[in-house]
Amino acid sequence: MPLSTAELDAIYLTIALATSTTVILLIVGTPLAWWLARRQGSLSAMIEALVAMPLILPPTVLGFYLLILFAPDTALGTFWHWLTGSQLAFSFSALVIGSVVYSLPFVVQPLQAAFQRVPQGMLQAAATLGASPSDQFRSVVVPLSRRSFVIAASLGFAHTVGEFGVVLMIGGNIPGETQVLSIALYDYVESLQFAEAHRLAGGLVAFSAVLLFCIYRLDRPASWRLRT
Amino acid sequence: MNGLSLNICYQGEHGFQLELNCELAARGITAIYGPSGSGKTSLLDCIAGLRRAAPGGHIRFRDQTWQEGGRFTPPWQRGTGYVFQDARLFPHLTVRGNLEYARRRHHPGNGPGLEQVTAWLDLEELLDHHPDQLSAGQQQRVAIGRALVNGPHLLLLDEPLANLDHAAGQHCLGYLQRLEDELGLPMIYVSHNIEEVSQLADQLLLLEGGRVTGQGSTLDLCSRLDTRLSQEEQAAAITLCSISQHDPEFGLTELDLEGHPLFVSHLDRAPGQRRRLRIPARDVSICRQRPRDSSILNILPVTLVDMHDSGEARVMLRLALGSQHLLARITRKSAHHLQLKVGDAVFAQVKSAALLMEAEDG
Repeated sequence: MPLSTAELDAIYLTIALATSTTVILLIVGTPLAWWLARRQGSLSAMIEALVAMPLILPPTVLGFYLLILFAPDTALGTFWHWLTGSQLAFSFSALVIGSVVYSLPFVVQPLQAAFQRVPQGMLQAAATLGASPSDQFRSVVVPLSRRSFVIAASLGFAHTVGEFGVVLMIGGNIPGETQVLSIALYDYVESLQFAEAHRLAGGLVAFSAVLLFCIYRLDRPASWRLRT
Repeated sequence: MNGLSLNICYQGEHGFQLELNCELAARGITAIYGPSGSGKTSLLDCIAGLRRAAPGGHIRFRDQTWQEGGRFTPPWQRGTGYVFQDARLFPHLTVRGNLEYARRRHHPGNGPGLEQVTAWLDLEELLDHHPDQLSAGQQQRVAIGRALVNGPHLLLLDEPLANLDHAAGQHCLGYLQRLEDELGLPMIYVSHNIEEVSQLADQLLLLEGGRVTGQGSTLDLCSRLDTRLSQEEQAAAITLCSISQHDPEFGLTELDLEGHPLFVSHLDRAPGQRRRLRIPARDVSICRQRPRDSSILNILPVTLVDMHDSGEARVMLRLALGSQHLLARITRKSAHHLQLKVGDAVFAQVKSAALLMEAEDG
């Protein structure tokens, strides 16, 4: 049974959303994780708590506040309209912003843990060899954490694919614009199209299983070890 | 000012405080010697810029000011090489990768090239290995090589032989000695092993409880009675001698120590070479008259110039032989029996003396 146009649209949209979210998360999450890994004190504890919030908050709570924030009459909504000429709520961009917030802990936490595992002595050795802090980060921290980068990116991607509540709240259900796979599945079930629902649900189960297997496979002891 | 000028006050953990004000020579090998917890590594870290001393003092090297007042040169701009006790090779790079890392970040000035360092330290066969495939001694050699390829103006070594067995340690010491001869790179060598120090160092800085308790040339400091060196169990005088000739019949080598012959086990060294000789204080005994039928070959006429009597069972004697000095540790009972006084001319029987492997002076 070939996939319908609407389904292909949903698949394409889901991949586009997860990819852009992952890219933005790596760009934003890496310096944030580095900062959190190096700091102690109440400010970093507060930021750490904020980053972890999406782990325990119901997605609908997050979606509700984001929806209010994205409304055309708020500062962000007005600025967005001035910048792009279109409204932010119920747009693909809103989905990306929502996903970034929602999946932030899945990228920041593995990176932060990896950065904390890099022995301080390695950075000192690099410093005495003439490496500035940014050079130390590029040449020592990133290569020693490369596994965690792959894991963080995979988790961020997978978690975005699996999101539902936030998308429903801030994206609505516009085919080709904001209707991602999880929403399309919800639609099929609502309208009792169980055969189609099975197809999407089965596909998502297979995708998640394969991805998680790959991540855990990668997380096994490495061919080189970190020395402390 | 051509050396390393230090005026450091550093507040460490658990109330430890490092406080010193001294000048170190910017040539040859200077050893910082002291027991664990005396602040040796903290001092080295302050020099490298890995720790920040209190702003009151200063750290200057040749014409550069590394720290003074609010000024602080970060470690990556100081041009100091640092060989850590635990090597700290980058685990994600091969040996070649580690060396290349240092070469790409080369400090301005002339340092040895990668090929040169590889040849000096015998690293060819290790180049494609990862650090965790190497023995501790090999790792330390690579770490020394990595520091050298970086072209430092001052090399800091923090007990680089502490994790090595004796043979590997001697091997590394030999390399360090050759580097000193070939590169003329000033080194500061931290150690709590007096044998390493007496073998390697030209100058000595004694550190205890975060304070300097002695500073001077190794030869001088080792044979003085007013530092803690002479109170250690393995206290030994370091003297300079030259190799006179070999005696193959008895498997001995004859040395010349201030015009007096001295025999040691055969050594494969050409006559004429000058070497350091380490004479442990516990292997030197004293006679009023020159013994005639003794099994001990080495009997030297000396003058007793100083005596340290701590009231315990043993006393330490400082004996002058020409311009050099020996140490002798004898029982207080013997000293009393022989009625030894400063100024007495006596004979020193040397039971053992070790020519220090590669130590070459002049």
